[in-house]
Amino acid sequence: MSNTAKEQILDFVRGRYPQAEIDETQDIFALGFVNSLFAMELVMFVEKTFGVTIPNEELKIDNFRTANAMAELVARLSPTLAVA
Amino acid sequence: MTLIATAPPRVVDRRSARAFVDTHVVPYADDYDRSGRVPEDLLRQVAAAGLWAPFLPPESGGAGMDLVTLGEVHEEVGRGCSSLRSLLTVHTMVAWTVQRWGTPAQRERWAPALAAGDALGAFCLSEPGAGSDTAGITTTAAARGDGWVLNGVKKWTTGGQRADLFLVFARTATSIGAFLVPREAPGVEVRPIDDMLGTRASMLAEISFRDVALGPDALLGPSGFTAGMVLTGTLDLGRYSVAAGSVGIVQACLEASAAYAAERRVGGKALAELPLIQAKLSDMVTDARAARLLLAEAGRLKDAGESGTLMATWIAKYFASTAAVRHAAEAVQIHGANGCSPDYPVARLYRDAKVMEIIEGSNEIQRITIAGQAERETTS
Repeated sequence: MSNTAKEQILDFVRGRYPQAEIDETQDIFALGFVNSLFAMELVMFVEKTFGVTIPNEELKIDNFRTANAMAELVARLSPTLAVA
Repeated sequence: MTLIATAPPRVVDRRSARAFVDTHVVPYADDYDRSGRVPEDLLRQVAAAGLWAPFLPPESGGAGMDLVTLGEVHEEVGRGCSSLRSLLTVHTMVAWTVQRWGTPAQRERWAPALAAGDALGAFCLSEPGAGSDTAGITTTAAARGDGWVLNGVKKWTTGGQRADLFLVFARTATSIGAFLVPREAPGVEVRPIDDMLGTRASMLAEISFRDVALGPDALLGPSGFTAGMVLTGTLDLGRYSVAAGSVGIVQACLEASAAYAAERRVGGKALAELPLIQAKLSDMVTDARAARLLLAEAGRLKDAGESGTLMATWIAKYFASTAAVRHAAEAVQIHGANGCSPDYPVARLYRDAKVMEIIEGSNEIQRITIAGQAERETTS
């Protein structure tokens, strides 16, 4: 898994919620941060940043709960990026 | 290569959109408003100009138009007629959603027809008891066999009297799902809603779905929590189009008011020489430009795939719709009794502008959303 991807995702989430201390394993849904606007922003951020298109079948809550999960999703969608 | 000499020019940018609107829309918009419908002839001209879904990629029948340009085009249409722009808006939402979230089979079935205007799309979200508060949706889609059964009533469906394909948001066992429902599906009933305050020609309808059986291919996009994203994305584009249309209303108010003020004389002077009138016109000029820039920024972020476009679009729509209401009221004021008459377009602009503050997320929802982001980002 790419640390870079994970860090970029964490930066994005922290940028939107600067008052919260969020780490890579925290479930941002359980923390109550995610509304539909932010969920869409997350998807757009991941697609834009990593140059991937997330297929419908990967649009599952478990892929977006934590920065770790999102980084793993990116790695699955873009294996070459993950090793870079 | 054979060119058909009589084919109307395609709309590819603001300039060609402006020419189309000045030729086919502006002279007739008050008639549409009075008759409560956009005539079939105009719908065909819109199709011939390639206006229904030019943002679709060429392989789906579109022209690959970028969203900054689409905003400019929708502004021009909104300058001419908010009812036509409303039809364009909901059609845009359906076509974009099919392209963005559809399976290859769904895209193949619907996108070319939507691009050509052979199938007109409408967006069904509001219900008799649920508007901007989507949590109140009671329409249900129950899984049956490998398909779905749809039940419920949708209200205020723009273009519903005319549309061929409805994008219906309904409650499933786990979330809110988006469903493609052809008008001819058994159990679909369309009842016109007439005599609205504004966008009177947008052919609103109330649509009932009674045990409408749908195949597995009716579900558009993911199910589960991310299904809400389809709605968020669809509304975002609708909001963008409404913002564009609102800029068009401000521009139309400005053009009508400037022309009237130059001609109309009071106490031997043209209205345009009076400082109070100049103040109104200067505010129209300034707000038209500001709203246009906010819209262009939202469009630029969309074209770049930047997530910041969502909030930028909320802000553009909030600013442009409130500016439209403010300046439409002033445009009527400048026109005096003439402004209250059917002889000038400003009465229509005034009524249409008010609708912009309500649709695609009321102003109250917009302010809550914009303030929510400000609060999150500044609290430490």
